[in-house]
Amino acid sequence: MDGQDILARLTARFGARIVEAHDHRGDSTAVVDRAALLELLWFCRDEPDLRFNVLMDLTAVDYAKFPGKEDGPRFEVVYHLYSLPGNHRIRVKVRVEEDDPVVASATPLWSSANWFEREVWDMFGIRFDGHPDLRRLLMYEEFQGHPLRKDYPINRRQPLIGPKN
Amino acid sequence: MAERTTREIYLGEGSGTGSGSQNLYVNMGPAHPAMHGIIRIFAELDGETVVKADVEIGYLHRAFEKQCEEGPYNNAIPYTDRLNYVSPLINNFGYASCVEKLLGIDITERCKYIRVIMSEISRISDHLTCIGASAMELGAFTVFLYMIKAREFLWELVEEVTGARLTVSYARVGGVRADLPSGFAEKTSRAFKETRQVLDEVHRLLTGNRIFIDRMMGVGAISKEDAIAYAITGPLLRACGVSYDVRRAGPYYVYDRLEFEIPLGQNGDNYDRYLVRMAEMEQSMRIVEQALESIPGGSVNVDFSGNPIDPAAYVDRGKQGKTEGLLLIPIRLSPNLEGQEKAGHRAVNVGDKRVVLPPKEDAYGSIEGLMNHFMLVMDGYGLRPPKGEAYFAVEGANGELGFYIVSDGSDRPYRVRCRPPCLPPLAALHRMIEGQMVADVVPTFGSVNMIGGELDR
Repeated sequence: MDGQDILARLTARFGARIVEAHDHRGDSTAVVDRAALLELLWFCRDEPDLRFNVLMDLTAVDYAKFPGKEDGPRFEVVYHLYSLPGNHRIRVKVRVEEDDPVVASATPLWSSANWFEREVWDMFGIRFDGHPDLRRLLMYEEFQGHPLRKDYPINRRQPLIGPKN
Repeated sequence: MAERTTREIYLGEGSGTGSGSQNLYVNMGPAHPAMHGIIRIFAELDGETVVKADVEIGYLHRAFEKQCEEGPYNNAIPYTDRLNYVSPLINNFGYASCVEKLLGIDITERCKYIRVIMSEISRISDHLTCIGASAMELGAFTVFLYMIKAREFLWELVEEVTGARLTVSYARVGGVRADLPSGFAEKTSRAFKETRQVLDEVHRLLTGNRIFIDRMMGVGAISKEDAIAYAITGPLLRACGVSYDVRRAGPYYVYDRLEFEIPLGQNGDNYDRYLVRMAEMEQSMRIVEQALESIPGGSVNVDFSGNPIDPAAYVDRGKQGKTEGLLLIPIRLSPNLEGQEKAGHRAVNVGDKRVVLPPKEDAYGSIEGLMNHFMLVMDGYGLRPPKGEAYFAVEGANGELGFYIVSDGSDRPYRVRCRPPCLPPLAALHRMIEGQMVADVVPTFGSVNMIGGELDR
């Protein structure tokens, strides 16, 4: 299936809960309402003609300083799905407000979500509801703040504290 | 309090567990002689068996993604060298291609071939290092020396093309730094002849070796389902028998025009990973040979009529008003810029003024070239892709290496995300080592080929 068909399939199923759908440079993107995220991911994974069985990548973007998006939802969590049987890809995004940065965890669907979500929590401070073990992944426990947020200055230094136990 | 015996103190006998024994917690790493990367495995041992393992990463985190947001697009290329420092060229090309996708430009044919050739040479050197290192950890030190010898031949090729062995920074958005040097095809075929000999020797040393098989076969296995669920790609996934290779599934550059096979394993254990990597090196050499045969453009160093002159003399002549025919006279470039002459530059870079720096002759020799150069290097100007986002994946030596770049229309990337091929296998590492002997952690860790640079970014 090509990107257009997949987007059409998703819009037919989820209607207005797909907030936005577009194709840019051959990458199809569906922006989904946060409440419908998990349902959409289950649908993407289990629907016989979609079968996105690989969660290739999961990351987030902080739009706090993006021209034109300063007031809108601050974060976007980005899922890159790939289907081995169908050899097609899609990008699913979900917008998250700054004062309530919580998204449902995709760990029940794909094991790879475990570390990817830990990294997003570490770097952006977005929580994943239902994650079994949401610890920092790259930074250490005592680290203050979330370094990939746009309001974290690149030259801020923090003392490095060794691991516990 | 009663006196405790030595057995009670050290073996925990009578400590209330009933069995007279208790599990031992062992830290492997962050600095461990058998770890070729900084990582910590916190293992719970029952005797010699690993019951539970917790893998901790991040020791080499150096804010790659944050750094990329701070400078213009081409400034991130040296950072990508340091992602996978065994095959830096593939990272270079992956990043550059993602920006090109964002810009919507297509690179020249010759450049595509060059990128394929250099990627495959890097892949071979990466696999050589991986197999060599993991064999060394099993005591086969000879193999390590042989493999490093073969890698040396390939790195000499890389050095000749890029001017560096490790920090190559060879790709540019829209092309590559310089064309291939003359006589590259012959040198490659000589290097491959040596490499093939080494591989044949190693094959005879290891593949049927009883000790090697005992240590590798059935060890560190992961099932096909688990590998897919953990998003493992590359040789580890192919060792499970899943035929997924970005070069085949989503062909980029000219991979769809070249003939090659995707070697598959069956059991997903360390031994199959070894076999897959050995077979892939041969396929990579096939790809390079085909690409060198069909690379378009022919000779790059075109002969100019007229003697080259010094850039300073060139400028002087221009100031004196002797501009007649000036643009036709080639400038003698510094040896550091070898291969960047106008003819070669056009063959390997897209002719898009908004993307690629002009050839040095133009920058030194004409006002248009100079202006073009300044427009691209001035702060706030430079390379400015339109607003949007793109994800581009290449087949790295360890699997799918993806870049996801968001542009806000300025000359700096708004967000750069690197999908490291190493991270998913490391996330699944505990599945591979739990239930096995503690001595098996080392070969399993070796076969995963963890590269700290891209894992921790």
